[in-house]
Amino acid sequence: MEALSSLHKEAIREFLYKMADDQLILGHRNSEWTGLGPLLEEDIAFSSMAQDKLGHALALYTILHEHLGEKDPDTIAFTRNERELRCCHLVEYPIGGYDFSLTRHFLFDTAEHLRFEMLAGSAFEPLAQVARKIKGEIKYHVLHAQTWMKQLGSATEESKARMQSALNETMPLALGIFEASPFEAELAEHNIFAGEHELRNRWLEVIAPTVADAGLVLPDIDALTPAYGGRQGYHTEYLQPLLTEMTEVFRIDPTVEW
Amino acid sequence: MTPEEQIWQALDDVKDPEIPKVSIVDLGMITEVRVDGGNAFVTMTPTFAGCPAIHVLKESIAERINQLEGINHTEVKVSFEVPWNSNRISDRGKELLRESGFAPPPVHEGYIELTVISQAACPFCGSNNTVMQTPFGPTLCRSIHYCNHCLQAFEQFKPVA
Repeated sequence: MEALSSLHKEAIREFLYKMADDQLILGHRNSEWTGLGPLLEEDIAFSSMAQDKLGHALALYTILHEHLGEKDPDTIAFTRNERELRCCHLVEYPIGGYDFSLTRHFLFDTAEHLRFEMLAGSAFEPLAQVARKIKGEIKYHVLHAQTWMKQLGSATEESKARMQSALNETMPLALGIFEASPFEAELAEHNIFAGEHELRNRWLEVIAPTVADAGLVLPDIDALTPAYGGRQGYHTEYLQPLLTEMTEVFRIDPTVEW
Repeated sequence: MTPEEQIWQALDDVKDPEIPKVSIVDLGMITEVRVDGGNAFVTMTPTFAGCPAIHVLKESIAERINQLEGINHTEVKVSFEVPWNSNRISDRGKELLRESGFAPPPVHEGYIELTVISQAACPFCGSNNTVMQTPFGPTLCRSIHYCNHCLQAFEQFKPVA
């Protein structure tokens, strides 16, 4: 591959970090359902998706390490402080009730599936290769989410009301996924990624029919204030406690061989 | 036999750690084998990015190939350049999966929908009268199904596009 210019490099670095950090943090959140899922199958589903997400974070951190000179994946994942992380607020929130976790899973994984479909054709070949793999795996997450949105959106009055209220609550957070980076034009110009705005539009087209099929009502997007800040390192109060817990064992002895 | 052919044959001894009849060659995980003097180079594509067996497989591959005469060093690279998909499993691999009690993945055309995932012939009685219970099983690569004919739960190696 041709040598990357420094601006070009900075744009890709920022882009990879935000995607990988989303996977890492939501992977950890998903794993909090292990042992607590409302049904055995759901316990296994969230645990499997947690494992997939950590695998996706690892694949993206590996690109940062091998192609952009960043430290090794474990160091990147476990030694950066809160301000250095670029995840969106949506993934930081505690698991809450199953209504919130399922709604977050539906909104986030639909966006990620579309994101990696777009990236499968990226001009940055190492990312395109990983994207072609990841999109096939996330397809399972999307199918799982759609099944449950429809199931609970049409089950009982209580399930309907809870899913609608979860959707209303989660939507501004989900819009934060698409916070623009300072490098949107750079990435689009080099055919690396068509942009967060484009992704957001495709996402709205895909979620709308599932929400309607589920008998739920999509909130008025234009009236919402997206939860921005995560991509610039400004996070919710929930991220630091998660990082503290996640790195607790690692920090006992960062040099230990596992 | 060329040195490359010897390596392919040796790699057939490296099995899936959880399905000991099925080799990584049967599963379609090996994408390149090259020999340069006494050095062997093997490229492996993971079935799932988060598969916890990747590390142990890398070690087993190097260990097995280093036993071959004339090979002093083996380098195993994990790459997504050729992404794994379930159509890469060989016919023999599918047969061995069935013998191990797993339904092999149905052949797909690059696109997975619920209708594709739900098709599974029972590996015990062969009936198609089965239902999928959950697409997430005990490992990332397996889903859980139930046979209405012989009344057995079984697992399928998942179709992945």
